Amino acid sequence: MLKIQKYVRAESLEEAYQELIKNRNNQIIGGMLWLKMEDRVIPSAIDLSKCQLDSIEENENEFKIGAMCTFYQLETHEALNQMCQGMIAKSVRDIVGVQFKNMATIGGSIYSRFGFSDILTALLCLDCDVVCYKKGQIALKEYIHEPYEKDILTHVIIHKRKMKAAFECVRRSSTDFSVLNAAGALIDHQLRICVGARPHKAEMIEIEEQCDLQDILKQVHEAMPCESNMRASKEYREHLRDVLVEKVVNELKGEKA
Amino acid sequence: MKQISQPVVKKDAAALLSGKPVYTDDLAMKDCLIIKLLRSPHAFAKIKKIDTSKALRIPGIEAIFTYEDVPNTRFTLAGQTYPELSPYDGKILENIVRYVGDEVAIIVGKDEMCCEQAKKLIQVEYEVYEPLLDFTKAIDNKIVVHPEDDYKYLVDIGNEVKRNIVSQGRDEAGDVEKELSLCDVVIERDYHTKANAQAMMETFRSYAYLDAYNRLNIVSSTQIPFHVRRIVANALELPKSKIRVIKPRIGGGFGAKQTACCEIFSAFVTWKLKKPSKIVYTREETFMASNSRHEMKMHVRVGAMKDGTICAIDLHTLSNTGAYGEHGPTTVGLSGHKSLPLYKLNASCFSYEVVYTNTMRAGAYRGYGATQGIFAVESAINELADALKMDPCELRLKNMVEEGDIMPQYYNETANSCTLKDCLLKAMELIDWKNKSLKTDLGDKVRGLGVALAMQGSGIANVDVGSVRIKLEDDGFYTLSIGATDMGTGCDTILAQMAAECLDCEVDQIVVQGVDTDSSPYDTGSYASSTTYVTGMAVVKACEQLKEKIVKEAALLMQTKEEELVFDGKMIRTLDENKAMSLNEFAYLCAAGGKGKMLMADDSHSSMVSPPPFMAGIAEVDVDKLTGEITMHDYVAVVDCGTVINTNLARVQVEGGIAQGIGMALLEDIVYDKNGRMIANSFMQYKLPTRKDVGEIRVDFMPSYEPTGPFGAKSIGEVVINTPSPAIASAVAHASGQYVRTLPITPEKVLGFKHED
Amino acid sequence: MKISLTVNGRKIQEDIQESMLLIDFLRSHGYTSVKRGCETSNCGLCTVLMDDHPILSCSMLAARADGHSIVTLEGAGKEAEAFAEFMAKEGAEQCGFCSPGLIMNVIAMKKELKNPTKEEIKQYLSGNLCRCSGYMSQMRAIEKYLQEESV
Repeated sequence: MLKIQKYVRAESLEEAYQELIKNRNNQIIGGMLWLKMEDRVIPSAIDLSKCQLDSIEENENEFKIGAMCTFYQLETHEALNQMCQGMIAKSVRDIVGVQFKNMATIGGSIYSRFGFSDILTALLCLDCDVVCYKKGQIALKEYIHEPYEKDILTHVIIHKRKMKAAFECVRRSSTDFSVLNAAGALIDHQLRICVGARPHKAEMIEIEEQCDLQDILKQVHEAMPCESNMRASKEYREHLRDVLVEKVVNELKGEKA
Repeated sequence: MKQISQPVVKKDAAALLSGKPVYTDDLAMKDCLIIKLLRSPHAFAKIKKIDTSKALRIPGIEAIFTYEDVPNTRFTLAGQTYPELSPYDGKILENIVRYVGDEVAIIVGKDEMCCEQAKKLIQVEYEVYEPLLDFTKAIDNKIVVHPEDDYKYLVDIGNEVKRNIVSQGRDEAGDVEKELSLCDVVIERDYHTKANAQAMMETFRSYAYLDAYNRLNIVSSTQIPFHVRRIVANALELPKSKIRVIKPRIGGGFGAKQTACCEIFSAFVTWKLKKPSKIVYTREETFMASNSRHEMKMHVRVGAMKDGTICAIDLHTLSNTGAYGEHGPTTVGLSGHKSLPLYKLNASCFSYEVVYTNTMRAGAYRGYGATQGIFAVESAINELADALKMDPCELRLKNMVEEGDIMPQYYNETANSCTLKDCLLKAMELIDWKNKSLKTDLGDKVRGLGVALAMQGSGIANVDVGSVRIKLEDDGFYTLSIGATDMGTGCDTILAQMAAECLDCEVDQIVVQGVDTDSSPYDTGSYASSTTYVTGMAVVKACEQLKEKIVKEAALLMQTKEEELVFDGKMIRTLDENKAMSLNEFAYLCAAGGKGKMLMADDSHSSMVSPPPFMAGIAEVDVDKLTGEITMHDYVAVVDCGTVINTNLARVQVEGGIAQGIGMALLEDIVYDKNGRMIANSFMQYKLPTRKDVGEIRVDFMPSYEPTGPFGAKSIGEVVINTPSPAIASAVAHASGQYVRTLPITPEKVLGFKHED
Repeated sequence: MKISLTVNGRKIQEDIQESMLLIDFLRSHGYTSVKRGCETSNCGLCTVLMDDHPILSCSMLAARADGHSIVTLEGAGKEAEAFAEFMAKEGAEQCGFCSPGLIMNVIAMKKELKNPTKEEIKQYLSGNLCRCSGYMSQMRAIEKYLQEESV
């Protein structure tokens, strides 16, 4: 059972941060969907609900997504999904159900960098930054390799780019975790290909648009190895990796899958 | 018929759909002590020492019980009629733990939080044994799951406990080896069905309290209140007269609640502490420490002639009962006795062993072994059709059981009601079988068709008993008391429909209640597809009696002869129509002192036969060529359950059973790690089909008339889960060329990446 | 800690344990329609509306509901009754244990989606598990209800 000793609804990020660093086990709570299943004591659970982080702001250059925005907000945001041909919506669409998506937060998910994450795979392909309270702004593709630090992820920024984007996944049941997921984007003649739930967390590689499929797959194999777990064997995942990457590439290049 | 074959709304619908507090945990008193169980982290171990002293110091903790504190008697949790066919192999707590999840200590406290805290502080010293996890290696293994001396069984079940054999047997009709040797083609295959979780939405739960007479009252979400009374009496070494069991509304059972998993704990705690107590299993406990479907491996040989005449089937089943033998000896029987009789055969043989392992106990789950056996036999028939290059429906139409046939593997019962052929023909029509091929290329996907037949029983012949009491109340309405347990299926309503039909009144005039072992008439419980068929007949018999009593009493009150009177449900009148009295007036007269007397009737029923319901199912599935993903496109099912009593509820039974069958076929798999720890122990890891996974399910009926059933009815609850696995396996094989013989049929297996085990 | 929230239109102020989940808070106040089917946020049985959005009350701290408005089936009024009637007519409730959560999500769906297709309905309700019905009767009830309401 999760035991929370003190609940802090921070009025400001500074207050939240100060509370966070007071104790090694203090914790920011996002959607709480994963945290809730843990069996431990949290001296101080810090809620960011009052920090105005729950909206998607759009300006000329970017979408600025507050950390407390839910998956369902992402799924139903028209302008954002228009830019990426619905790829973000597609990546979160089948995560459990609408109630779950109304609670799961982008901040909690991206901070945690889960191996099974679908949204991480999708966002990695976009021109995307993460804003942390202390660390400041950093590209998502770098952030995924950072250690888990005592900091507050406040925003995810998606830069507006002209792009083609695609997301594919295979699930055992329609709302299960992905057995494997793959996403891609074509931005400025550059292909960005990402494979997640291998079951390791997503990685992204950038490739020249002209590269043929065999070259792409070769690079994917090197950068994104697969392993076995209860959902699938290594061998099946490796097969799916090729199949889904090919699908994604075909969608990006406008060829029939 | 006015009330039968009607879409009558369930009597409890309004309460359930407005969220009324009608389930066990809604009713429990707020001052109940909370019970949590410490469970074994080892698959097989001896408890050398338990120290609870630190845990007892946690504020709010009332008591902690270990094996040293509980009665020493062995008993079974199986809800079966005494003498049970399940061995007496368990205790409330024991110093040996036999699977990961087996109970080690009972923690009692004021709330969940303090119990969980205390749980962490109980120090247990185990002597860890090597566990027996592979059920194919159980027989004569050096590891003996039940080495104890006080192990016992009440009935000869072929038990050899020191060889890890709970039960074994063999039933042969005709000379199978000879018949097979004469066949043109013999298909020989192994099939493997997994342990599945019943996964009813309401987990196990019960609470207990002592009443004014110092009797132990247990309120439980159970299918078997009368058996719970016996099981608790056995476990606590109490006379049954000390125990009362009440069943409120239940949030589903599907057989899981035919095993009394949690009641002994609340009963023990309350009896010991003389305070009300409550236990609610978590979903995780429900997965890893209750009961599941029996995992089975089946070896099938089917012999046929080139023209498609099926001559003989030999079936051997190995069943894994887990650490305890609940329902082990009985479920295995259905794997043969409810699969082989689907065909006219010259000879058949069914042999089996049921073995112990250090995994969670198996138990009852809808289909009860028939589901497993039918997967094997129907899959083999499908493979035979493919080998003969015959249409699988044609092959079946040529060989299937028909009305009037004697079924040698079904205890030589005669199929007195059977429209199986019409069921299959109707299913073929619904799916447009004649205009489709078994395999259709759709581009990225391939569509495949597959078919299967199924049967089940209706109650257990000569074992199940249903009894009812019906009273005429003073306003002219009736109270129907039953001991059968509605678990969401709607049996309260169905039985009320039957009473209303008998008594020529509206269903609203029949009042029904939940079950209370003190006041409800005895019923073995709702399992084995018995309620409509067995208890239904008791309703008919009791109502006929009551009608006779009404006429007899009315004759006295109206000063005429019985033969002169007619009762039409509303009025009692003389044949010449000179005298008449409404039921309402009559009932008031009965209740008025000095004139008449209150009328009631009761009867019980048990059947010498168990007439099988039959069905045909056809699956149409799409298989992705590249990923192997399987999508349910369409499923048609046509059922012969005799007369359909409630057209809505029967249909929903079929749809629900098929959806569960789809889960079994494609998704559901209880997975253990190498140490025997269950890792698919939540809805996150054990996936039930969602509404996006089941595709379209279309249902129709081909009613026969069963002469021994109420209004011609047979059962429906279980047969409906049996066709999806074999039908889908065949459809996938037609689409992909890969026959998957180990369930569930996953994309990975379809593409051949995972080898069958 | 002290929280103050509205449940079914009624203001409640209470001192609660920090760890308390919204489902347990609601049940302790007699809103027992709210059911728990799992511990992993997968079943949808505990669905309630928070400020009109469907959420899982088993996965939300009661503390987080502070200042918000919660509606459970007990407070869902005529809308719930109207849909319940369609469910009953199909026999779709079966054991009834998942019904409250489903009804709450159907109410939310009706508010959000205009003339949803069958596929959209399945998508919106995919987080509501049911083990009894096989979902077909629920779909019949939902389609009839939406049709009736749009007339």
